[in-house]
Amino acid sequence: MRFILRRLGFYLIAFWVSITLNFLLPRFMPGDPVSRMFARSAGQMQPEQIEALRKLLGVDSRPIWEQYADYLHNIVTGNMGVSITRFPTPVTEVIASQIGWTLLLGGTALVIAAVVGNLLGILAAWRRGGAIDSALPPLLVFVGSFPYFWLAMGALYLFGVILGWSPLRHAFSDGLEPAFTWEFISDAGAHLVLPALTIVLVSIGGWMLGMRNTMIATNAEDYITMAEAKGLKPGRIMFRYAARNAMLPSVTSFGMSLGFVVGGALLTEVVFAYPGVGYQLLNAVQGLDYPLMQGLFLTITAAVLLANFLVDIFYVRLDPRVRAS
Amino acid sequence: MTTYIHPSPSAADAAVERPTAAPATGAPAPGAASAPAPRRPRQGLIHGLLTNPKAMVGAAILLVFIALALLAPVLFPGDPSRITDMASLEPSAEHWLGTTAKGQDVMALTIHGARSSLLVGLTVGFASTLVGILVGLASAYFGKFIDEALSLVTNVFLLLPGLPLLVILAAFLPPGLGTVILVLIVTGWAGSARVLRSQALSIRSKDFVAAAVVSGERAGRIMFREILPNMASIVMGTLLACVIYGIGAQAGLEFLGLGDVSTVSWGNNLFWAGNEGALLTGSWWVFVPSGLCIALVAFALALINYAVDEVTNPRLRKIKAAKPAAVVGTTARRSTASEGNTAK
Repeated sequence: MRFILRRLGFYLIAFWVSITLNFLLPRFMPGDPVSRMFARSAGQMQPEQIEALRKLLGVDSRPIWEQYADYLHNIVTGNMGVSITRFPTPVTEVIASQIGWTLLLGGTALVIAAVVGNLLGILAAWRRGGAIDSALPPLLVFVGSFPYFWLAMGALYLFGVILGWSPLRHAFSDGLEPAFTWEFISDAGAHLVLPALTIVLVSIGGWMLGMRNTMIATNAEDYITMAEAKGLKPGRIMFRYAARNAMLPSVTSFGMSLGFVVGGALLTEVVFAYPGVGYQLLNAVQGLDYPLMQGLFLTITAAVLLANFLVDIFYVRLDPRVRAS
Repeated sequence: MTTYIHPSPSAADAAVERPTAAPATGAPAPGAASAPAPRRPRQGLIHGLLTNPKAMVGAAILLVFIALALLAPVLFPGDPSRITDMASLEPSAEHWLGTTAKGQDVMALTIHGARSSLLVGLTVGFASTLVGILVGLASAYFGKFIDEALSLVTNVFLLLPGLPLLVILAAFLPPGLGTVILVLIVTGWAGSARVLRSQALSIRSKDFVAAAVVSGERAGRIMFREILPNMASIVMGTLLACVIYGIGAQAGLEFLGLGDVSTVSWGNNLFWAGNEGALLTGSWWVFVPSGLCIALVAFALALINYAVDEVTNPRLRKIKAAKPAAVVGTTARRSTASEGNTAK
C-alpha cells in the first residue's frame, strides 16, 4: 500500500510538472504566439471568448501567481478553452472525437508487437545460437535503424501507390458514417492494417531483444537446471519456469508503451493522415491553435501517467516482493 | 568489492524499486561493465575495438559519411537548394540520384544534408551525455536529498511523452537550428542520466572510492578522476545511443516541418519530399537516399555500440556462457533512451 501511495505521489508531481510547463511556455517564450493566433482568427470570435483565451495563454495583466491559480482551476475542472482551427468547438470535444482512433491504432499495434516479440524472444533465448537467435536480432536492429516515418512512407508508396492494396489515407473511406455496421468495420479495418503493421515492424525488435536478454539470464538459474533434472517437458520449463520469471521487465515496458501509444503514434498518424490525436497535434501546431495544442499535450501526458500507474498496481499483484517491502 | 557479494541483481530486482524502468534500465548490472576496467585500463577497450570486426565496419561507414560531409562544398559547389527547371528527372548519368520537383539535384541535397544532420546529431549526443554524466555522478556521489531530487526530475522527464513534448516545445520556440538542438537535449538527457546514475552508484560503493573520501580528496576530483574513468565503457555506450537518438529525432522533427525548413538536412529533404508529393507522383528517388543515409549512420553507430558491449562484457562474446547473469545490454538501454522520442 505504501508503495502504491508513493507511486501515486510521483505521478501527481509529474502531472503537475507538465501542467506548469504548459502554463509557463506561452508566457516566457520569445515572440508572441497569442497575437499571431488572433490575427488568424479575426472576426470569428466573440469578445468574451477572446478574453477567456487571453487569460488561458497569459495575455493578462494580473499577477502571475493569480493567473497560475486560475489556470490550475481551469485544468482541474476540465475547461481547456475553445479550439481555434475548429472554432467554436471546445478543446475537450475535439480531443474526445479523436482519441478513439489513436487508441485503436496504437493498441492493436502494441498488443501484436508485444505478444509476437516476446514469443520470439523466448524462443530465441531457449535455442541460443539457433536459427531465430542468429538471424532475427541483426535483421531487426537493421530495420530499427531506419527512421520510422521513412519506413512508413516506403510502405505507403509500395503497398498504397504502386500495388494499390491499401487505402492511402484516413481511417475510413469518404462518405461512410461511423456506425456499427459490417461495412464500416471492415472498411476501418482495411485502413488500419498498413499503419499498424509498420509500427509492429519497427517495435517488435525491442520486445524480442529485451525478452531474449532477460530470458538468457533466467535460463542460467539453478531452478531451471533443477527442473531439467526432474525431467519436466522442455515446453513446460520454457513457459512456466523460465519465461514466467523473465516476464517482469516486459510487463514494465508494456506499461510504458501503453502510455506512449497515445503520443507515440504521432509520426504514423501524420504519414497515413490517420485522424488521431497525434495528427491533430500537428494540425494544431500548423494552425497556431494553442489551446488545442495544450489540451492535447495534457491529455497525452495524463494517459501516459495513468497507464503507468495501472501497471504499478498490477505489479503489486504480480510480484510478491513488492508487497513484502 | 561489494558488488560481488550479492549475485548480480537481475532486472526484476531493480524493477521492484522502480517499476517504470524499461527492461534494461535496472540491468546495466553493477560489475558487468566495470569489472574489466580496473584490471585492463582504457587501452584494453580501444585495442579490443580495433580488433573487433563490428566496430571496424561501423567506424568505416561513419568515416565515409564524415568525409562526404566535410567534402560537400568541393564535390557539389554552389547552393544545393537552388531551384532549376530540370524538375523531377529520373536518376541518370548527369544526375546520379535524379532531381526533385523543384529541379534540385538529389545527390547534392543528400551529401550537403549530411553536414547539418551529423552536426546536430553529434552536438545533441555529446551535450545530453554530458548532462547525463553530471546528473548521474552528482546523484550517486552526494546521495540522500540531492539524489532524491535529481532522480525525481530524471524520472519525470523520462515519463513525459517525448515526441509530443518535442512538438510543443518546437512550436513555441522561434524556429532555427539552435532551437532544434536545445529541444532535443531537453527531451534526450534523462535516459542517459538514469543509466549513468545506476552505474556510478555501484562504483560509489567500492572500497577505492571510500579510500579517496577518507583521504580527503575533493568531491569534484573523486567524481571525475576516480569514478568517471571506471565507467568509460558505459559512457561510450550512452554517447553512441544519444547520437543515434539525436540524428533520428532531428529527422523526425524536421519531417514534421518543425525544424528550420531553410537548411539542407536529411530530415528537411524528407519534409520537402512529402510536401512536394514525391510519394504520390512516384518519384521514389527523392525520398529514398536521405532515409537510407540516416539508417546507415544509425546502423553504424549501433554496430560500434554492440562492439563496445562485446569487448567489455566477455559473456556476450561466447555462445555457451557459463552464467550469463548480466547480459542485458546496450540494445535495451538504447531503447530506453529513444523509446519515447522516436515513436516506437
